[in-house]
Amino acid sequence: MYIDFNSEIPIYLQLAQAIEDNIIRGTFEEESQVPSTTEVSINYKINPATVAKGYNILVDEGIIYKKRGIGMFVCKGAKEMLTEKRKKSFFENYVECLIEEAKKLDISIDEIIKMLERSK
Amino acid sequence: MSVIQVKDDTKYYGKLCAIENISVSIEPGKIYGLLGRNGVGKTTLQNLMTNRLFPNSGEIMVDGESITENDRVLEKMFLMTEKNLYPESFKVKDIFYWTKEFYSKFDLEYAEVLCEKFELNKNKKFKSLSIGYKTISKIITALASNAEIMMFDEPVLGLDANHRELFYKELLANFMEEPKTIILSTHIIEEIAKMLDRVIIINARKIVIDDSTENLLKSAYCVSGMSQNVDKYIEGKTCVNIEQMTSFSFVIHTQYSSQGLKE
Repeated sequence: MYIDFNSEIPIYLQLAQAIEDNIIRGTFEEESQVPSTTEVSINYKINPATVAKGYNILVDEGIIYKKRGIGMFVCKGAKEMLTEKRKKSFFENYVECLIEEAKKLDISIDEIIKMLERSK
Repeated sequence: MSVIQVKDDTKYYGKLCAIENISVSIEPGKIYGLLGRNGVGKTTLQNLMTNRLFPNSGEIMVDGESITENDRVLEKMFLMTEKNLYPESFKVKDIFYWTKEFYSKFDLEYAEVLCEKFELNKNKKFKSLSIGYKTISKIITALASNAEIMMFDEPVLGLDANHRELFYKELLANFMEEPKTIILSTHIIEEIAKMLDRVIIINARKIVIDDSTENLLKSAYCVSGMSQNVDKYIEGKTCVNIEQMTSFSFVIHTQYSSQGLKE
Protein backbone atom coordinates (compact mmCIF):
# COMPACT_ATOMS: atom_id res chain seq x y z
CA MET A 1 0.00 0.00 0.00
CA TYR A 2 1.57 3.27 -1.14
CA ILE A 3 0.23 6.57 0.16
CA ASP A 4 1.52 9.88 -1.10
CA PHE A 5 0.38 12.12 1.73
CA ASN A 6 -0.40 15.72 0.90
CA SER A 7 -1.00 18.50 3.36
CA GLU A 8 -4.43 19.62 2.24
CA ILE A 9 -6.59 16.75 3.51
CA PRO A 10 -6.40 15.41 7.09
CA ILE A 11 -4.10 12.38 7.32
CA TYR A 12 -6.78 10.08 8.78
CA LEU A 13 -9.03 10.71 5.77
CA GLN A 14 -6.21 10.08 3.31
CA LEU A 15 -5.44 6.85 5.11
CA ALA A 16 -9.07 5.69 5.07
CA GLN A 17 -9.26 6.54 1.38
CA ALA A 18 -6.06 4.62 0.59
CA ILE A 19 -7.49 1.50 2.21
CA GLU A 20 -10.77 1.97 0.31
CA ASP A 21 -8.80 2.29 -2.95
CA ASN A 22 -7.04 -0.97 -2.26
CA ILE A 23 -10.32 -2.73 -1.51
CA ILE A 24 -11.90 -1.42 -4.73
CA ARG A 25 -8.82 -2.46 -6.74
CA GLY A 26 -8.96 -5.89 -5.13
CA THR A 27 -5.57 -5.68 -3.41
CA PHE A 28 -7.33 -6.28 -0.09
CA GLU A 29 -9.91 -8.95 -0.81
CA GLU A 30 -13.10 -9.39 1.16
CA GLU A 31 -12.61 -11.38 4.35
CA SER A 32 -8.85 -10.89 4.09
CA GLN A 33 -6.73 -9.12 6.67
CA VAL A 34 -5.68 -5.48 6.21
CA PRO A 35 -2.50 -4.06 7.77
CA SER A 36 -2.84 -3.54 11.53
CA THR A 37 -2.98 -0.03 12.97
CA THR A 38 0.41 -0.66 14.60
CA GLU A 39 1.99 -1.63 11.27
CA VAL A 40 0.50 1.38 9.51
CA SER A 41 1.56 3.74 12.28
CA ILE A 42 5.16 2.55 12.22
CA ASN A 43 5.48 2.23 8.45
CA TYR A 44 4.11 5.64 7.61
CA LYS A 45 5.37 7.26 10.82
CA ILE A 46 1.88 8.44 11.75
CA ASN A 47 0.60 9.03 15.26
CA PRO A 48 -1.30 5.90 16.40
CA ALA A 49 -4.36 7.97 17.36
CA THR A 50 -4.55 9.34 13.81
CA VAL A 51 -4.40 5.83 12.36
CA ALA A 52 -7.10 4.65 14.76
CA LYS A 53 -9.30 7.58 13.70
CA GLY A 54 -8.97 6.59 10.04
CA TYR A 55 -9.70 2.93 10.77
CA ASN A 56 -12.70 3.83 12.94
CA ILE A 57 -14.35 5.60 10.01
CA LEU A 58 -14.05 2.40 7.98
CA VAL A 59 -15.37 0.30 10.86
CA ASP A 60 -18.34 2.66 11.33
CA GLU A 61 -19.14 2.45 7.62
CA GLY A 62 -19.08 -1.33 7.70
CA ILE A 63 -16.06 -1.64 5.41
CA ILE A 64 -13.69 -3.34 7.81
CA TYR A 65 -14.24 -5.16 11.07
CA LYS A 66 -12.14 -6.23 14.00
CA LYS A 67 -11.48 -9.83 14.92
CA ARG A 68 -10.52 -9.69 18.54
CA GLY A 69 -6.86 -10.54 19.08
CA ILE A 70 -6.21 -11.18 15.38
CA GLY A 71 -6.62 -7.93 13.49
CA MET A 72 -8.74 -5.98 11.04
CA PHE A 73 -10.54 -7.67 8.12
CA VAL A 74 -12.42 -6.51 5.03
CA CYS A 75 -16.21 -6.93 5.41
CA LYS A 76 -18.19 -9.04 2.97
CA GLY A 77 -19.80 -6.77 0.36
CA ALA A 78 -17.34 -3.95 1.09
CA LYS A 79 -16.08 -3.77 -2.48
CA GLU A 80 -19.56 -3.36 -3.94
CA MET A 81 -20.50 -0.81 -1.29
CA LEU A 82 -17.40 1.27 -1.97
CA THR A 83 -17.80 1.07 -5.72
CA GLU A 84 -21.38 2.38 -5.39
CA LYS A 85 -20.21 5.16 -3.07
CA ARG A 86 -17.45 6.20 -5.47
CA LYS A 87 -19.81 6.13 -8.43
CA LYS A 88 -22.04 8.61 -6.63
CA SER A 89 -19.16 11.01 -6.05
CA PHE A 90 -17.70 10.47 -9.53
CA PHE A 91 -19.64 13.40 -10.96
CA GLU A 92 -18.50 15.97 -8.43
CA ASN A 93 -14.98 14.58 -8.08
CA TYR A 94 -14.16 14.13 -11.74
CA VAL A 95 -16.80 15.44 -14.14
CA GLU A 96 -17.11 18.84 -12.50
CA CYS A 97 -13.32 19.27 -12.46
CA LEU A 98 -13.19 18.28 -16.11
CA ILE A 99 -15.82 20.86 -17.08
CA GLU A 100 -14.15 23.56 -15.04
CA GLU A 101 -10.77 22.98 -16.68
CA ALA A 102 -12.41 22.77 -20.12
CA LYS A 103 -14.14 26.13 -19.58
CA LYS A 104 -10.83 27.69 -18.62
CA LEU A 105 -9.33 26.39 -21.88
CA ASP A 106 -12.43 27.20 -23.95
CA ILE A 107 -13.04 23.56 -24.89
CA SER A 108 -16.67 22.87 -25.78
CA ILE A 109 -18.74 19.95 -24.47
CA ASP A 110 -18.86 18.54 -27.99
CA GLU A 111 -15.09 18.56 -28.17
CA ILE A 112 -14.90 16.79 -24.79
CA ILE A 113 -17.30 14.12 -26.00
CA LYS A 114 -15.14 13.62 -29.09
CA MET A 115 -12.05 13.26 -26.90
CA LEU A 116 -13.83 10.72 -24.70
CA GLU A 117 -14.85 8.69 -27.73
CA ARG A 118 -11.31 8.75 -29.04
CA SER A 119 -9.96 7.41 -25.73
CA LYS A 120 -12.36 4.47 -25.63
CA MET B 1 1.30 7.94 33.72
CA SER B 2 2.72 11.28 34.63
CA VAL B 3 1.61 14.84 34.09
CA ILE B 4 4.16 17.64 34.00
CA GLN B 5 3.02 21.05 35.12
CA VAL B 6 5.15 24.08 34.54
CA LYS B 7 3.82 26.98 36.58
CA ASP B 8 4.81 30.52 35.74
CA ASP B 9 8.50 29.77 35.22
CA THR B 10 11.09 32.40 34.45
CA LYS B 11 14.75 31.73 33.78
CA TYR B 12 17.56 34.24 33.47
CA TYR B 13 21.13 33.56 32.37
CA GLY B 14 22.78 36.51 34.06
CA LYS B 15 20.85 39.46 32.72
CA LEU B 16 19.55 37.56 29.70
CA CYS B 17 15.99 36.31 30.03
CA ALA B 18 15.67 32.87 28.36
CA ILE B 19 12.12 32.05 29.40
CA GLU B 20 9.49 34.41 30.75
CA ASN B 21 6.47 33.39 32.85
CA ILE B 22 5.86 30.15 30.99
CA SER B 23 3.01 27.93 32.14
CA VAL B 24 2.23 24.69 30.39
CA SER B 25 0.78 21.32 31.21
CA ILE B 26 2.10 18.21 29.48
CA GLU B 27 -0.60 15.55 29.32
CA PRO B 28 0.36 11.89 29.66
CA GLY B 29 0.36 9.39 26.80
CA LYS B 30 0.84 11.91 24.02
CA ILE B 31 3.55 12.80 21.55
CA TYR B 32 4.43 16.47 21.70
CA GLY B 33 6.38 18.59 19.28
CA LEU B 34 8.27 21.41 20.98
CA LEU B 35 8.99 23.79 18.14
CA GLY B 36 10.46 27.21 17.62
CA ARG B 37 13.31 29.12 16.00
CA ASN B 38 16.89 28.88 17.22
CA GLY B 39 17.48 30.43 20.62
CA VAL B 40 13.85 30.90 21.69
CA GLY B 41 14.15 28.80 24.85
CA LYS B 42 13.23 25.22 23.87
CA THR B 43 16.32 23.65 25.41
CA THR B 44 16.04 25.85 28.50
CA LEU B 45 12.45 24.70 29.02
CA GLN B 46 13.46 21.03 28.73
CA ASN B 47 16.38 21.52 31.09
CA LEU B 48 14.05 23.18 33.60
CA MET B 49 11.53 20.33 33.31
CA THR B 50 14.23 17.81 34.17
CA ASN B 51 15.73 19.85 37.01
CA ARG B 52 19.06 20.32 35.18
CA LEU B 53 18.47 24.04 35.46
CA PHE B 54 16.63 25.86 38.21
CA PRO B 55 14.07 28.56 37.48
CA ASN B 56 14.50 32.04 38.95
CA SER B 57 10.81 31.97 39.75
CA GLY B 58 7.93 29.55 39.29
CA GLU B 59 7.82 25.82 39.89
CA ILE B 60 7.57 22.52 38.08
CA MET B 61 5.50 19.60 39.30
CA VAL B 62 5.27 16.02 38.11
CA ASP B 63 2.13 14.23 39.31
CA GLY B 64 1.65 16.99 41.86
CA GLU B 65 5.15 16.66 43.35
CA SER B 66 7.86 19.26 42.99
CA ILE B 67 10.75 17.98 40.87
CA THR B 68 13.44 19.86 42.76
CA GLU B 69 16.05 17.36 44.00
CA ASN B 70 13.36 14.69 43.82
CA ASP B 71 15.08 11.54 42.50
CA ARG B 72 11.95 9.44 42.53
CA VAL B 73 10.22 11.84 40.16
CA LEU B 74 13.30 12.57 38.07
CA GLU B 75 13.72 8.86 37.36
CA LYS B 76 10.43 9.02 35.46
CA MET B 77 11.94 11.47 32.99
CA PHE B 78 14.76 11.05 30.51
CA LEU B 79 16.14 13.96 28.55
CA MET B 80 18.31 13.28 25.56
CA THR B 81 20.30 16.47 24.99
CA GLU B 82 22.36 17.55 22.03
CA LYS B 83 25.22 18.18 24.48
CA ASN B 84 27.65 15.33 25.07
CA LEU B 85 28.11 15.09 28.81
CA TYR B 86 29.64 11.62 29.15
CA PRO B 87 33.20 11.17 30.47
CA GLU B 88 35.82 10.94 27.70
CA SER B 89 36.88 7.38 28.47
CA PHE B 90 33.34 5.95 28.34
CA LYS B 91 32.53 3.23 25.87
CA VAL B 92 28.94 3.01 24.61
CA LYS B 93 28.32 -0.01 26.84
CA ASP B 94 29.57 1.97 29.85
CA ILE B 95 26.91 4.59 29.12
CA PHE B 96 24.28 1.85 29.19
CA TYR B 97 25.71 0.42 32.43
CA TRP B 98 25.75 3.77 34.22
CA THR B 99 22.36 4.84 32.92
CA LYS B 100 20.95 1.71 34.51
CA GLU B 101 22.33 2.91 37.86
CA PHE B 102 20.09 5.95 37.62
CA TYR B 103 17.19 4.50 35.65
CA SER B 104 16.42 1.19 37.30
CA LYS B 105 14.03 0.17 34.50
CA PHE B 106 16.74 0.58 31.83
CA ASP B 107 16.43 -2.34 29.38
CA LEU B 108 19.92 -3.55 28.43
CA GLU B 109 18.66 -6.24 26.07
CA TYR B 110 16.56 -3.73 24.15
CA ALA B 111 19.55 -1.35 23.98
CA GLU B 112 21.59 -4.14 22.39
CA VAL B 113 18.85 -4.94 19.87
CA LEU B 114 18.80 -1.26 18.92
CA CYS B 115 22.61 -1.20 18.60
CA GLU B 116 22.35 -3.99 16.07
CA LYS B 117 19.59 -2.24 14.13
CA PHE B 118 21.56 1.02 13.99
CA GLU B 119 24.83 -0.90 13.47
CA LEU B 120 26.46 0.72 16.47
CA ASN B 121 29.41 -1.09 18.07
CA LYS B 122 28.84 -0.79 21.82
CA ASN B 123 32.51 -1.51 22.52
CA LYS B 124 33.59 1.71 20.85
CA LYS B 125 34.56 4.74 22.88
CA PHE B 126 31.86 7.40 22.78
CA LYS B 127 34.31 10.20 21.97
CA SER B 128 35.65 8.31 18.94
CA LEU B 129 32.21 8.14 17.31
CA SER B 130 31.07 10.38 14.46
CA ILE B 131 28.46 13.08 15.18
CA GLY B 132 25.75 10.81 13.79
CA TYR B 133 26.75 7.82 15.90
CA LYS B 134 27.09 9.98 19.02
CA THR B 135 23.46 10.97 18.44
CA ILE B 136 22.52 7.33 17.85
CA SER B 137 24.14 6.27 21.16
CA LYS B 138 22.10 8.90 22.96
CA ILE B 139 18.88 7.97 21.16
CA ILE B 140 19.34 4.31 22.11
CA THR B 141 20.07 5.23 25.73
CA ALA B 142 16.88 7.31 25.84
CA LEU B 143 14.68 4.67 24.20
CA ALA B 144 15.99 1.91 26.48
CA SER B 145 15.60 4.04 29.62
CA ASN B 146 11.96 2.99 29.87
CA ALA B 147 11.20 6.40 31.33
CA GLU B 148 7.53 7.44 31.43
CA ILE B 149 8.47 10.76 29.93
CA MET B 150 11.05 10.83 27.15
CA MET B 151 12.35 14.15 25.92
CA PHE B 152 14.48 14.46 22.83
CA ASP B 153 16.33 17.67 22.12
CA GLU B 154 17.58 17.65 18.52
CA PRO B 155 17.39 13.84 18.26
CA VAL B 156 18.34 13.62 14.59
CA LEU B 157 21.46 15.78 14.59
CA GLY B 158 23.91 14.29 12.08
CA LEU B 159 21.69 11.32 11.23
CA ASP B 160 21.36 10.24 7.61
CA ALA B 161 17.92 9.73 6.05
CA ASN B 162 17.87 5.98 6.79
CA HIS B 163 18.82 6.43 10.42
CA ARG B 164 16.24 9.17 10.90
CA GLU B 165 13.59 6.88 9.43
CA LEU B 166 14.70 4.05 11.73
CA PHE B 167 14.60 6.36 14.75
CA TYR B 168 11.04 7.55 14.03
CA LYS B 169 9.87 3.96 13.55
CA GLU B 170 11.55 2.68 16.71
CA LEU B 171 10.17 5.61 18.66
CA LEU B 172 6.60 4.86 17.53
CA ALA B 173 7.04 1.13 18.19
CA ASN B 174 8.31 1.95 21.67
CA PHE B 175 5.41 4.36 22.25
CA MET B 176 2.83 1.75 21.24
CA GLU B 177 4.50 -1.04 23.19
CA GLU B 178 4.17 1.00 26.37
CA PRO B 179 2.29 4.29 26.26
CA LYS B 180 4.35 7.18 27.53
CA THR B 181 4.82 10.88 27.06
CA ILE B 182 7.22 11.93 24.34
CA ILE B 183 8.50 15.44 23.71
CA LEU B 184 10.34 15.98 20.44
CA SER B 185 12.23 19.16 19.79
CA THR B 186 13.63 19.41 16.29
CA HIS B 187 13.89 21.71 13.32
CA ILE B 188 13.05 19.01 10.79
CA ILE B 189 9.34 19.60 11.31
CA GLU B 190 8.05 17.95 8.11
CA GLU B 191 9.46 14.61 9.17
CA ILE B 192 7.77 14.51 12.58
CA ALA B 193 4.54 16.42 11.85
CA LYS B 194 2.47 13.28 11.22
CA MET B 195 3.63 11.74 14.50
CA LEU B 196 2.54 14.53 16.82
CA ASP B 197 -0.59 14.66 18.99
CA ARG B 198 0.10 18.17 20.16
CA VAL B 199 2.33 21.05 19.25
CA ILE B 200 3.90 23.64 21.53
CA ILE B 201 5.49 26.59 19.79
CA ILE B 202 7.81 28.90 21.67
CA ASN B 203 8.68 32.32 20.39
CA ALA B 204 10.67 35.01 22.13
CA ARG B 205 10.74 33.37 25.60
CA LYS B 206 7.02 32.61 25.64
CA ILE B 207 4.69 29.85 24.52
CA VAL B 208 2.64 31.19 21.62
CA ILE B 209 0.76 28.03 20.63
CA ASP B 210 -0.20 24.95 22.63
CA ASP B 211 -2.79 22.99 20.69
CA SER B 212 -3.55 19.70 18.97
CA THR B 213 -1.83 19.15 15.62
CA GLU B 214 -5.26 18.82 14.03
CA ASN B 215 -6.48 22.23 15.25
CA LEU B 216 -3.21 23.82 14.31
CA LEU B 217 -3.38 22.51 10.74
CA LYS B 218 -7.05 23.44 10.46
CA SER B 219 -6.33 27.00 11.48
CA ALA B 220 -3.77 27.72 8.79
CA TYR B 221 -4.64 28.93 5.32
CA CYS B 222 -2.79 29.80 2.12
CA VAL B 223 -3.94 32.62 -0.10
CA SER B 224 -2.41 33.66 -3.37
CA GLY B 225 -3.38 36.13 -6.06
CA MET B 226 -2.99 39.73 -7.15
CA SER B 227 -1.33 41.65 -4.34
CA GLN B 228 -4.06 44.30 -4.12
CA ASN B 229 -6.74 41.63 -3.57
CA VAL B 230 -4.58 39.59 -1.20
CA ASP B 231 -3.72 42.69 0.84
CA LYS B 232 -7.41 43.45 1.28
CA TYR B 233 -8.15 39.88 2.31
CA ILE B 234 -5.39 39.60 4.91
CA GLU B 235 -6.19 42.88 6.62
CA GLY B 236 -6.42 42.24 10.37
CA LYS B 237 -5.35 38.60 10.04
CA THR B 238 -2.26 37.06 11.62
CA CYS B 239 0.15 36.28 8.84
CA VAL B 240 2.93 33.79 9.25
CA ASN B 241 4.59 34.31 5.92
CA ILE B 242 4.16 36.81 3.09
CA GLU B 243 5.93 36.44 -0.23
CA GLN B 244 5.69 38.82 -3.12
CA MET B 245 6.66 38.45 -6.76
CA THR B 246 5.97 41.52 -8.89
CA SER B 247 2.26 42.15 -8.36
CA PHE B 248 1.43 38.71 -6.95
CA SER B 249 1.36 37.74 -3.28
CA PHE B 250 1.44 34.42 -1.50
CA VAL B 251 0.43 34.48 2.15
CA ILE B 252 0.07 31.90 4.91
CA HIS B 253 -2.20 33.14 7.68
CA THR B 254 -3.67 31.56 10.79
CA GLN B 255 -6.63 31.96 13.09
CA TYR B 256 -4.30 32.41 16.05
CA SER B 257 -3.61 35.97 17.07
CA SER B 258 0.01 36.96 17.45
CA GLN B 259 -0.27 36.33 21.19
CA GLY B 260 -1.19 32.74 20.42
CA LEU B 261 -4.80 33.14 21.53
CA LYS B 262 -7.49 31.88 19.24
CA GLU B 263 -9.49 34.66 17.65
